[in-house]
Amino acid sequence: MPHITGAADPALMELPWEIPLSAWPEDRIAALPRGLSRHVVRFVRHGANVLAVKETNREIAYREFEMLRGLERMDAPCVKAVAVVTQRRTPMGEELSAALVTEHLAFSLPYRALFSTALRKGTLNRLIDALSVLLVRLHLNGFYWGDVSLSNALFRRDASEFSAYLVDAETGELHERLTDGQRGYDVEIATTNIIGEILDLQANEDLDEGIDPFKIGERLESKYTKLWKALTETEVFDSNVPFHVSERVRHLNEMGFDVGELDMLSTPDGTGLRIRPKVVDAGFHSRRLMRLTGLDVQENQARRLLNDLDEFRAVHPDVADDEAFAAHEWLTSIFEPTVRAVPRELRGKLEPAQVFHEVLDHRWYLAEAANEDVPMPVATASYVKNVLPLRPDERAVLGRSLAEMTAELPALTDEVGTEFERRDPFENDNTYAWGEVPVPENAPPPQVQRVTTRVAPPERAPLSGELTQRRQRAEAAAAAEADDAEAAEETGF
Amino acid sequence: MWTHTTAFLHYGSSGTYLPVKGNTAMATVTYDKASRIYPGTERPAVDALDLQIADGEFLVLVGPSGCGKSTSLRMLAGLEDVDAGSIWVGERDVTHVQPKDRDIAMVFQSYALYPHMTVADNMGFALKIAKVEKSTIRERVEAAAKILDLTEYLDRKPKALSGGQRQRVAMGRAIVRQPQVFLMDEPLSNLDAKLRVQTRTQIAALQRRLGTTTVYVTHDQVEALTMGDRIAVLKDGVLQQVGTPREMYDTPANVFVAGFIGSPAMNLSTFRVEDGHAIVGSARVPLEREVVAKMTAADNGDVVLGFRPESLDRVAPNTPGAVPVEVNVVEELGSDAFVYGNIPAPVATGKDVTVGGSGDVIVRVDPRDVPGKGETIWVTIRPNEQHVFSASTQQRLTPHAVKTAASGAIKA
Repeated sequence: MPHITGAADPALMELPWEIPLSAWPEDRIAALPRGLSRHVVRFVRHGANVLAVKETNREIAYREFEMLRGLERMDAPCVKAVAVVTQRRTPMGEELSAALVTEHLAFSLPYRALFSTALRKGTLNRLIDALSVLLVRLHLNGFYWGDVSLSNALFRRDASEFSAYLVDAETGELHERLTDGQRGYDVEIATTNIIGEILDLQANEDLDEGIDPFKIGERLESKYTKLWKALTETEVFDSNVPFHVSERVRHLNEMGFDVGELDMLSTPDGTGLRIRPKVVDAGFHSRRLMRLTGLDVQENQARRLLNDLDEFRAVHPDVADDEAFAAHEWLTSIFEPTVRAVPRELRGKLEPAQVFHEVLDHRWYLAEAANEDVPMPVATASYVKNVLPLRPDERAVLGRSLAEMTAELPALTDEVGTEFERRDPFENDNTYAWGEVPVPENAPPPQVQRVTTRVAPPERAPLSGELTQRRQRAEAAAAAEADDAEAAEETGF
Repeated sequence: MWTHTTAFLHYGSSGTYLPVKGNTAMATVTYDKASRIYPGTERPAVDALDLQIADGEFLVLVGPSGCGKSTSLRMLAGLEDVDAGSIWVGERDVTHVQPKDRDIAMVFQSYALYPHMTVADNMGFALKIAKVEKSTIRERVEAAAKILDLTEYLDRKPKALSGGQRQRVAMGRAIVRQPQVFLMDEPLSNLDAKLRVQTRTQIAALQRRLGTTTVYVTHDQVEALTMGDRIAVLKDGVLQQVGTPREMYDTPANVFVAGFIGSPAMNLSTFRVEDGHAIVGSARVPLEREVVAKMTAADNGDVVLGFRPESLDRVAPNTPGAVPVEVNVVEELGSDAFVYGNIPAPVATGKDVTVGGSGDVIVRVDPRDVPGKGETIWVTIRPNEQHVFSASTQQRLTPHAVKTAASGAIKA
């Protein structure tokens, strides 16, 4: 019996743990994206969710599990660790690798999926910005990533931006506090990895050659440095201190951060005051929206929704004095009807808050075209009819990190030979499920000699061969008959 | 996997590959009383580490978990602050230099390879970030490929490579940077036992060909003995001893090193000393005069004796001074066989048994004549093959190296 640590979910026990992950039955697999892997990774359907299952050794699995749980406790943006499965054995008693199970983040997008539709430079920049925010947030929590890259993160649409989530914590370390060296090195790794990833996209012609990968790499570093400075810098003021303090806090709030604690210290000469934010938490707007409406959305979505709420208060003076009451009115008369207007079959396209954001955008365009205000129900109806159906389904777009992809190429050695049938890693490539068909490579793929148990079809003689044989047999028989006749003549019959 | 190893060793020694080792500066590494104290802790994680690593040397930091070996490596990498003392690379104090400016490369066990880029681009693209000239990049990539036996694959995609070749491409990424020092932190911990042995040989051979100063961290003393030019053993953040594998094996500086280095482990127990002899059961092991002279009052008349498993001879039961050993387990390793047993009668006449388990004893026996489980065999200690340590300070008292049958196989 496998040993499952972590999940309060008995249904996990029903997954076929006694089979190597690479041979799990088709009906369990949600998708099997393109690539190579240092571990075998599969996305598995599990009730309404999709789980990512990764085979690795026991120690690594436990370590990564603990790390993800630790990050979760700190409210850091990362995937949710579900369980570690150990003591797996085949029915023959052969030992199998341990497995780490994480929950797939709904409506998240691997960066490669964003490139299968024409990618604008703006999108790439927004991905980099999201990644730098993620890195700052992780560093504030004392997490050293060790392998920052676009492919080790997942991205969710967040109003007109993206927010990034950590997926692969295998190389990470949790410290009390990071040293400048650790932060600097993490940023350096990030820069190198991102440039590599962009060069790779360009090599595959998935990305415009005009984009300069090295500029994009620099962007990450400068964004990171700026944000880190804003969040942690010590400032010294010698006059009008209350104003400066509130300015600093306001500025941080605008960037989406709450200031939990502020360190204030007199300068040694006693004429000034040093100020440094001590505890900062991301999610200033999303927490405020949560408090007012109970909606759990991402930071920029929350910002957008709060703006709409403010507008609502401005035009409804009767509820304007009481923020909580106004929020309730807005939720029931504006937000919920809009979200409910999306028919069930279109709900897999985007998250509700993202739909709301797009309806607001759509409304703006309609109003501009009509040169007058367009009411929300009209905008919603138009959006649901004209825009949303054209959007791709994004509830479960699955992809894997490059690092994961680095070993699962059809190998040229016997190292993949197992007693199990090996699936074609490209057959169900969901990265491209809603994009375009992948362009075949120019060169023919290398001929791979694989060890497999697939039984070759028996060497069957083609039907025509059968006929030939029959004819030959008939001719031989006829010849024999003729011989017999000759012989009979000779013998005087 | 590397079919041309010998050929490369030859080329390497004739200097054909000097372009790869472009740095002519002496890349020594010096820890000068370097300490790391984590905030909120009393005891330093690394305590005044003093260590000189020679140019081109392969130094292995080894010790049990929590001994400070990884922290020491990361201090050199710039990932951990140095709270006291300093660290030098060559003539340069790097104590407060950012990691990327230290000219040091951490070698990862598994880099990602970019599937749509050629092997050459996979190896060289990071140099473009460092604004290295195109022709120089090509030169360095070609040189590295030659050393890694990847030349004919340079224009192919990673897809066309075997697992081992892909691993070498990843190594190539670090090599083309031509750093002054390579750092490796338990690079084999993810691999299964068989691949680990293979890769360990490859890394050691590659390092020799490149001639780049390398610091390597492991918890596995077998890895340390087989790979390192020298080994540094750490415990509780304190450097215990540094020396060649042979020195560590033949002349362990204290009881901890004696018990840590060597597999199977050395037998270590405390024994009473009576007029120049340690009393081992009914046997009297003569101690050298200078050893006895070094004993102090704090020793209470005891010494710690250590014997390697190969320093015990199996003898007839009636041999004078022979000690009985009850066989628990026999481990047969082809050319060797080891008996794991216990001694029924107390032979350790000192106050208590210190290291090596509760009176357990490991004996190397003739693999063609292996005793059965439960049998009793009789052993004597080979003359002059004992290591003597102080019972109070645990430091080595035996002044000279102790050669055993196994010493010769270990790198001097």
